[in-house]
Amino acid sequence: MVTHRQQVLDLTLEHITLVGLSIIFAVLIGIPLGILITRVPQLSKAVIGGANVIQTIPSLALFGFLLPAPWIGERGGRLAVLALTLYALLPLIRNTYAGIRSVDPAVVEAGRAMGLTDRQLLFQVELPLASGVIVAGVRIATVLSVGVATIAAAIGAGGLGEFIFRGIGMVDNQVILAGAVPAALLALSADVGLGTLERRLGTLRLRS
Amino acid sequence: MPVVRVTTGQAPALLMTPPASDGPAITFDHVSFRVNGRALVQDLVLSVNQGETLVLLGRSGSGKTTSLKLINRLLVPSAGEVRVNGRPTTEWHPIRLRRSIGYVIQHGGLFPHFTVARNIALVPQIENWPKEKVEARVQEMLTLVGLSPELLDRYPQQLSGGQRQRVGVARALAADPPILLLDEPFGALDPITRSEMHLEFHALQQRLKKTVIFVTHDLREALLLADRVALMEGGRLIVSLPVTEFPHSQEPLVRAYMEAFSTEPR
Repeated sequence: MVTHRQQVLDLTLEHITLVGLSIIFAVLIGIPLGILITRVPQLSKAVIGGANVIQTIPSLALFGFLLPAPWIGERGGRLAVLALTLYALLPLIRNTYAGIRSVDPAVVEAGRAMGLTDRQLLFQVELPLASGVIVAGVRIATVLSVGVATIAAAIGAGGLGEFIFRGIGMVDNQVILAGAVPAALLALSADVGLGTLERRLGTLRLRS
Repeated sequence: MPVVRVTTGQAPALLMTPPASDGPAITFDHVSFRVNGRALVQDLVLSVNQGETLVLLGRSGSGKTTSLKLINRLLVPSAGEVRVNGRPTTEWHPIRLRRSIGYVIQHGGLFPHFTVARNIALVPQIENWPKEKVEARVQEMLTLVGLSPELLDRYPQQLSGGQRQRVGVARALAADPPILLLDEPFGALDPITRSEMHLEFHALQQRLKKTVIFVTHDLREALLLADRVALMEGGRLIVSLPVTEFPHSQEPLVRAYMEAFSTEPR
């Protein structure tokens, strides 16, 4: 019982690491890309389309594709983080783009007319006003990643999927649940936590 | 020829410093503006003197807002040039130019995530004025537009329409720009608040003597506030007359405006 609890804890931490790292990478890549396509709209179709295509690849297949890649393929963990990052890109790019585009054009124009530089306009007006929508993107990506990360166990990346695959092999529901329940709890708490932040940023935009 | 003058927009000390320059503040020199081959403004020739209030009157689509945006280089002419203090807008650094021109639009265009204080302080802040000076300036502006200091920490959504427009005017005036552009600033207000704002704005302008370009479709507003009225239609200037002469013009479109005005239910 004690060893089981320790194992659940270890695998949960591994799971959090996988998801956490990939969300950090996805934020670092996705938000700048989202900003870029509001500035260079000609790129928006290609970028969003590309991210869309990645998202349509079944996760198990994506893990399999990346397996032969040098350096990345050597360790399951690296590979899983790369695949999860790619999956998380779409909601981040799309929400950053949509968030900035949804800012009242009259406010942006007033800012420009008052003599704000492009950079000031972005950091003082557009990003703060889009922050609620962007955090919604982070929330969607996180919840998604918690689920997809369970499949990473299939390529030896660890995480709570270990229990699920082991349980399936042993035809033992209890073992499956030992993986599934913590994963569900992780997804729920990410949803609630980021949802709260999102609402707080949302009221920042329309305080009354 | 107008004197070429570089306005820095930097830290003016007093409110009541009329810009010292001899030539017109703004000159439209055969300006056209086209989008996809459609002319929104055609061959506009017009100049605005220092300290003058010019009202651009016209229906929607007459090109008056477009003309306004050509002044602070939100738009660049397709032909001809717009000169601000004798210098073509295309030769100005756009950021410098805009910071020396106040801009007020219909719903204020206030930043919804900024408090009233931060909204008013916008230009002084990005111009890196020292903190105490910014604060003093915000207080001064608040008094100038007749707002109570307890509103400083409110957000735009918590204000009435009239209060929002006052904040908009205060923000536009905060860095003491010599030129003020207003695009139907009082258009969305109820009639009582609007006439209050007219009186206040008129009094303010008597004191400040800014060069003002005021866009409206409301003849009554034009006659109340203007030194000179420029009537536009279909992207062209029809007439530009001192406000005292405007009602007596024999120009058919002016007659049409005057008739619509006199039959307007009160």
